[in-house]
Amino acid sequence: MDTSLAIKRFDPEAENAKPYWQEFSLNLEQSATVLDALIMIREEIDGSLALRCSCRSAICGSCAMRVNGKAVLACKTRIENVSDNSRPISIEPAGIMPVIKDLVVDMDLFWNKVKEITPWLETEGVEPKEEYIASNESMVNLASVMNCIMCGACVSDCTVLEVDPAFIGPAALAKAYRFVGDPRDSKNKERLEVLDQYSGIWDCTRCMECVEVCPKDVAPMDRIMELREKAIQTGFNKTTGAKHAEAFTKIIEHSGSLDELKLPIKTFGILNMPLNMLPVGLRAAAKGKMPPVIHPSIPEVEKVKRIFDKFEEEEIENQEE
Amino acid sequence: MYAFFPGCVSRGGCPELYPSAVSVCQRFNIELVELTGASCTGAGVLQEKNQLLGDTLNARTFAMAEDMDLPIMTICSTCQGVMSQANKRLTSDPEYLSKVNTYLAEEGLEYRGTTTIKHLLWILVEDVGLSTVKSQIKRPLNGLRIAPFYGCYIVRPSDALDLQDNPERETSLETIITALGAEVVDFEGKARCCGFPLLTINEKNSVSMVAKHTSEVKDLGADAMVTPCPLCHLNLDGYQPAASQQSESDIDLPIIHLPQLLGLAMGEDPKELGLQKHIVSTKPLLDKINLAA
Repeated sequence: MDTSLAIKRFDPEAENAKPYWQEFSLNLEQSATVLDALIMIREEIDGSLALRCSCRSAICGSCAMRVNGKAVLACKTRIENVSDNSRPISIEPAGIMPVIKDLVVDMDLFWNKVKEITPWLETEGVEPKEEYIASNESMVNLASVMNCIMCGACVSDCTVLEVDPAFIGPAALAKAYRFVGDPRDSKNKERLEVLDQYSGIWDCTRCMECVEVCPKDVAPMDRIMELREKAIQTGFNKTTGAKHAEAFTKIIEHSGSLDELKLPIKTFGILNMPLNMLPVGLRAAAKGKMPPVIHPSIPEVEKVKRIFDKFEEEEIENQEE
Repeated sequence: MYAFFPGCVSRGGCPELYPSAVSVCQRFNIELVELTGASCTGAGVLQEKNQLLGDTLNARTFAMAEDMDLPIMTICSTCQGVMSQANKRLTSDPEYLSKVNTYLAEEGLEYRGTTTIKHLLWILVEDVGLSTVKSQIKRPLNGLRIAPFYGCYIVRPSDALDLQDNPERETSLETIITALGAEVVDFEGKARCCGFPLLTINEKNSVSMVAKHTSEVKDLGADAMVTPCPLCHLNLDGYQPAASQQSESDIDLPIIHLPQLLGLAMGEDPKELGLQKHIVSTKPLLDKINLAA
């Protein structure tokens, strides 16, 4: 199979070091992966090509990089699935993290974020003679998140990290979920309290890039959403994010559809509305681009309300139990 | 014929979207029966508090369409994505579906799991067909340079949106732009996040995303950006003045709804399409094709 690859190269020791694209043409086996191609280039064409790899079986998480603009594991990506005969396959280092050389990035940023969430069990009480036991049922929810191989693909393509390096990011938050959800951990509440703060669970923009690129189906964003739900249930309901979710839900319960004027008022409170929302609102009003001041309920709102009532009744029953 | 789910924003923050969408559907003989009794999808926000409740509200909408034996048509990437994700959870787990149906029983509804949900963008490419789209063009958009902006929920997650079986969906906006005679301005951010879901929580980051995408497209010489998502429109258009301020440059990139672009090519009056209602003036765009709003 004739294939051409365009690789983004960077050698920090070169004179006037700047990234540049270099094209390679190869003849590969039909079953070849992107990693097979890169190793072939390194061994047969250009020994200076730098890349990380180890297991070649999607287990070690070393070879995350961007192929055609998306983060993947090079060893898990078949050439035939990413080639488009009209142009070479583009291969770049993972995003967000600084490039050391060619396809090798500095993972310190990744590890530092994971370390921030205290990535170990914090138990309390008498230490058991043997190991701490958790029932199978209680760990089912954690099975997918424990598949994480720390490859950094989710961090590479995170749209929030692209504009704000302070965000704790999808990998660390998925890891946090793993401990918050562990019945043997005694610090669930304390963990949620920290995660609830600025740059934590509420700063995810729900773009699902991390869900899409994760090679192990950890679905970090889904875990972040579960952390939000757990934080609200645990009583951490004072952040703007929690108040926004609460206000949104109440509005749907009341009228069946979203009242866009009421949402910010209910989220922030009429006296605490952010001042910078004013010019945006005024500009929209001047253009006639405004939702109706009196928001009409949907015709069958009573039926929607009955569903909400049923959920509330069940919640009360669960609390009493 | 489709069960029409217009979504809240098409009659709220983007009142120009609903009439322009209905009008272009009429031109393509897309018959619509509006799901007037359906609730909001929850937009992923209600789901932060209670996903089961969100899935129940969406199952109610799906059941209504199922009773009419019609597929659902959306005109919002967010509605499309939230509904597709809910439908995936409901149809891949019979136990979960029957649990959700217990909440619908009182209303006499039951969702059997057969409803499909399609955005107008997909309907044009897959059901109406490009030759019909082209046959309705009265005013080809030759000379216009248009950048596509999809909105996260119509491109991810790919399994819920059936992108593997329908790969044409991933380039459907470019397909439509080209069919209407305009030139596609391709750019890296076209399937990234506009920042809208972060707006209330972290406005600075949200506006940074607006600045990044609109500046990139402007630098590439685009006349406008087109989006099938009214939430992307609200952020990219409404917060562009803030993005200009943050990036210390005048961006001035018109952001238009998909039905407005179609309407322009089909010879509709720009005013009827609501092009005068945008925060960033669409005048330079209209001037280029000798129209006034």
